[in-house]
Parts: sequence; C-alpha cells; structure tokens
Amino acid sequence: MKILVLVKQVPDTATKIRLNPGDTAIQTDGIKWVINPYDEFAIEECLRLKEKAGGEVVVLSLGPSRVEEAIRQALAMGADRAIHVMTDAVIDSQVAARALAKVAQEEGYDLIVTGKQAVDDDQAQVGALVAVELGLPQVTVVIELNVDVESRRIRAERELEGASEIVELPMPAVITAQRGLNEPRYPTLPNIMKAKKKEVKSVPLDSLGVDTTPWVRVEELTLPPERPAAKILTGEPEEAAKELARLLHEEAKVI
Amino acid sequence: MASGILVVINQEGGRVRRVGFEMLSLAQKLAPGQVTALTFGDGAEQSKDSLGQYGADQVVFLSGSAYHHYSSDGFADAVVKVVEGVDPESLFFPATAWGKDLAPRVAGLLGAGLASDCTEVYRRDDGRLGAVRPIYAGKAFARVAIDSPRQVYSIRPNIQPVAETQRAAAVLAIDPGLDASQFQARVVAVKESQGEQLELTEADIIVSGGRGVKAPENFKVLEDLASALGAAMGSSRPVADEGWVPHSYHIGQTGKVVSPTVYFAVGISGAIQHLAGISGSKYIVAINSDPDAPIFKAANYGIVGDLFKVVPALAEEVRHIKQDA
Ligand SMILES: Cc1cc2nc3c(=O)[nH]c(=O)nc-3n(C[C@H](O)[C@H](O)[C@H](O)COP(=O)(O)OP(=O)(O)OC[C@H]3O[C@@H](n4cnc5c(N)ncnc54)[C@H](O)[C@@H]3O)c2cc1C
Ligand SMILES: Nc1ncnc2c1ncn2[C@@H]1O[C@H](COP(=O)(O)O)[C@@H](O)[C@H]1O
Repeated sequence: MKILVLVKQVPDTATKIRLNPGDTAIQTDGIKWVINPYDEFAIEECLRLKEKAGGEVVVLSLGPSRVEEAIRQALAMGADRAIHVMTDAVIDSQVAARALAKVAQEEGYDLIVTGKQAVDDDQAQVGALVAVELGLPQVTVVIELNVDVESRRIRAERELEGASEIVELPMPAVITAQRGLNEPRYPTLPNIMKAKKKEVKSVPLDSLGVDTTPWVRVEELTLPPERPAAKILTGEPEEAAKELARLLHEEAKVI
Repeated sequence: MASGILVVINQEGGRVRRVGFEMLSLAQKLAPGQVTALTFGDGAEQSKDSLGQYGADQVVFLSGSAYHHYSSDGFADAVVKVVEGVDPESLFFPATAWGKDLAPRVAGLLGAGLASDCTEVYRRDDGRLGAVRPIYAGKAFARVAIDSPRQVYSIRPNIQPVAETQRAAAVLAIDPGLDASQFQARVVAVKESQGEQLELTEADIIVSGGRGVKAPENFKVLEDLASALGAAMGSSRPVADEGWVPHSYHIGQTGKVVSPTVYFAVGISGAIQHLAGISGSKYIVAINSDPDAPIFKAANYGIVGDLFKVVPALAEEVRHIKQDA
C-alpha cells in the first residue's frame, strides 16, 4: 500500500505572536518551527498502516527551505522518503492543495492522510481540497481508522459536537487526522541517524505548472484587544466568592 | 449577475442549530440580495417557519431519501447544483464539524476561495464582502479578502447576534438530480457520546478545570458550580490526556476554541496554548491558589484561593442570586 502523508511546518504552539504594524504576516525571527501537531497523528497512523499492510509512506511538504527540518523529523519517525515542494511565496490553501495534489498524482497513492487543521492559519481546508482536485472521497477529523486492504474499503469514526459518526468509503481516499486517533511515537536515535540518509526530493513550486495566485488574501493582522486589568479578590474564600458573584451579577451582568 | 447569499444549514427533524439562525441574521444584515437557506435531510420542510423567521427570503429543501444520511461528496455535489440554480454571490456554512467538512469540498468544486471560521463578515467599500478570522487559535486576527468571483465563508458559532425578521420564506424547488448510489463516503451510524453535556463551542458559560483539581472524582465540585450556572464543562489538555474528563472537554490551541460570555478557569495555570483557545471569551474568571499564575493576567475577575473552598461557596452564592431573581 502506498500512503502519502501531508506535513506542514508551523510555529511551535508556545509561540507568542508578534506583529509589525502594517505587516500581513507575523514576525518569524526567533520562532521555533515544528511539525503541525495534527500531522503527527497523520504520520503515526500511516506508519501503523504500513506496519500492518506493508508498502511505503511518502511525506509531502510544501514550504521554504526550513521545512526540511520537519521533513527529517517525519522521516525519523519512520516515513520512507519525502518530496519537498519548495517555495518562498505567499500562497493560500487552494494553491497548496493544487500543488500537493499535482505531486500526489505524479507519485500515485492508495491513501492520502493529512492533519485536520494546520495550527497556524487554522483553515482546515487542504485535505478536502486535495480530495476534490483528485476526485477522491474524504473523511475528516478522524479519531479511529480501519482500512480493509483486501476489499479496499475504509471505515472511519469522525468527531462531531458531542457525538461521533461512522463513515464508510472506498479507497483511494483522503483522511484528515484528529487528536485521539493514536499516540504519535518519538523518533529513536538510530532512526534519527537513518533519516539523514533518506531521500528528500526537492521540487520547485513553479515547475509544477499549477496556478499559484492566491484567492484568499490577508489584508491586515491584529492582536486581540487587551483585557482591562483584572479585579483580583483575596481573603476568606466565602467572602471572595460572595463578592465575585456580586460583581458578575451587578457589574458584568452575566449571571 | 451573481447576488445574494446561500446559507447552507444542517437540521435534524426540523430542528436547526442556533448557528443556522446566526448565519441567516448575518446574511440578512449584509443585503442587498436574496438570502437563500439550503437544508438537507428527513424533516427539512419542518424548519421552513424558523428559517424565514430569522431571515431566509427563500428556502431549498433537499429532503429526499438520498439526503437522509450525510455524504461529504454527495452533499457537496448537491450544493453545487443549487448554486447553479440560485447563483449567489457568496455561500455561508457553519464552522461546525459538519460545515467544516462540507465547505472546503464545495469551495474546491466551485473554484471559489474559502475563509474558514470567520468571526466577522462585512460589506467592504468596494461592495464586496470581507471577513475577519482568528488565526493561531485566536492569538491574532486576520482581515481577509477573497478574490475569486464567488466566495465561501464558514461562520464561527456563538458570535453573531440573531435577529427575527418574521418573513414567510418562499420555497424554491431545485432537484440536483443526483443518484445516491454514486455517493462515495457515507455516514452509516452516529454515536451520541455525551448525553446531556452542553456543546462547548455553543455554550454561554463554561466552567473549566485543570490539574489543580487534582483527581477525576474532584470534578464533581466543578459540576456542581456548572449546574448552578447552567454552564457547560471544559478542561485544560493534561486532565483530558489523563482521562479525568472526556477528550471532548479539551480547550485550547490543540483542542476546542470557545467563545462564551463567561469562562471560569479553575485550577488552570493559563499556559499560552490554553489562553489561545479562550481569548474569544467576553469575561474570563480565574480561580487559582497561586497569585502569580499567568491566568490572572488574562482574566477580568479572579480569586486567589483554594478552589475546594472557593468553588462550593461560589456555587451557593450563584444559587442565592438565581433564587432571588
Ligand atoms: C504542542 C502542545 C499543545 C498544547 N495544547 C494545549 C491545549 O490546547 N490546551 C491546553 O490546556 N494545554 C495545551 N498544552 C499544554 C500546556 O502547555 C500546559 O501544560 C497546560 O495547559 C497546563 O494545564 P493546567 O493549567 O491544567 O495545569 P498546570 O499548569 O499544572 O496548572 C495547575 C494550576 O492549578 C493551580 N492549583 C493547584 N491546586 C489548586 C487549588 N487547590 N486551588 C486552586 N488552584 C490550584 C496551580 O496554582 C496551577 O496554576 C499544549 C502543550 C503542547 C506542548
Ligand atoms: N504547506 C503544506 N505542506 C504540506 N501539507 C500541508 C500544507 N498545508 C496544509 N497541509 C496539510 O493539510 C492539513 C490541513 O491544513 P490547513 O488546511 O492549512 O489547515 C495540514 O494538517 C497538513 O496535513
């Protein structure tokens, strides 16, 4: 079974966002870059599928040269090889999806797995857009995945609000991974060493022949408004609780 | 010329989630242009009055047996057929599990740009729509423009006000003419996991617990406050990871992003990933024994104290206030 896993590199979730006035992108100096947390679940699931059914796991990642670090990490987790679509351009989800789908098409696949959402732009689009580009069915926000290699059928559980649903679909398909799907492994030292020798093919975005004009354009970035200084109550718990309840009732008028 | 907004809504047995009405009210506010509601499934017709009440000028019901069970590819193809019939300027979807699955698929098929999880959609000076959406789970906000001829927006629940218009919606008959046997991904079962628990992303008040609660059984203390307030329950990530509470409670950058009127953070330190998920709360109330906990910097109100003493006292005070009201 040939599985493609889409991996995006994003700022570490501990990053404090800083902006320069007028900029339409965040300040990136000093940022620690990591694999998008949901993509770790995607990678882990692909590795487990390969361990069961055999085959190959290929990492697809689009971004500037720094992305290679995330790719090496995915390889250290156990993926076999990678394709890096190289670009410094400002793009949107549709451009990314078109480019990644083009590479997928050339590469061939039985299954494509992505994260449910990249925690930088929070668009949660690329998986479904890749599916549309390739004419594939999709199941998103997956918390349990069963692939029947013989019958080429998938049965997946996806998370809803306060519920979940079971979806059945044929292979090939696009799956997007949610937290809870599995517990991603840590790369072992020998695997980190091995990953250094694995193949990473670099493909310039402009060589793919896809339209790279973004449709969704950021015009302005702002930080959330500062909250006014908090009213902090100390002292006896009963008194503080009473005063808090009064403030919420009379001042904020929310209870 | 394309005009108006197509609001794509899901319903169950005629019941529409509040976000459906929020989207219709927003669409109505963004006139000119007809507001068309599209809804699927068994009993869709029963939602006619309520859809009109909140701003639909016309409604399309896809209630045939093909649409009784959700299929991302089948429903997306159907929405595209309705778009061909209605020719809207823009489409709205709810930024719920359902809408976030369907919207990008539809956007891809239409060749339209999509802005996900918008907290604001407004009419720009050039007459087109623009939107504001949180990024980095709410650590920042992006004002975005969509340059494709048609535009798709998914709308975050619990942000837009609803406004009743009392119009009687006209029924528009459109048959997408799809053969359900061609639908590929199909929902075959739904598992209700939480019973009575209120949905966090739609909750008005949330009582959320962290590692300071110290043990799973102690969440009873928070449940009591939540029940006094009529609130939903949430948590920080570690306590969900430990299995003290269900995974669905987990709030933050890698969990749910919430926007209640009041968020009670109890025994939660206020790590940056947690704060990201709650920055849309109107009021944040912190209860923590450590006066230096970062949560106090993000809060509007705080009590420095032992949660096991403060929370029961607070629940009692809330009950007093509610009784008097
Ligand atoms: C990639 C990544 C993603 C993450 N995503 C998230 C996320 O989405 N959401 C999230 O929440 N976290 C997330 N985290 C974890 C985050 O960094 C923090 O570790 C976590 O939020 C801390 O949880 P906590 O506040 O419950 O626990 P702690 O930080 O241990 O805080 C417990 C608090 O309870 C207080 N306390 C103790 N006893 C009492 C008492 N008797 N009365 C009152 N107060 C008391 C303490 O003073 C302390 O402030 C993520 C981490 C990583 C690395
Ligand atoms: N530039 C990219 N390179 C590789 N994969 C990506 C890229 N952007 C998005 N993805 C994949 O698509 C998922 C959803 O991303 P998004 O739609 O941006 O929220 C991510 O979790 C990745 O798996």
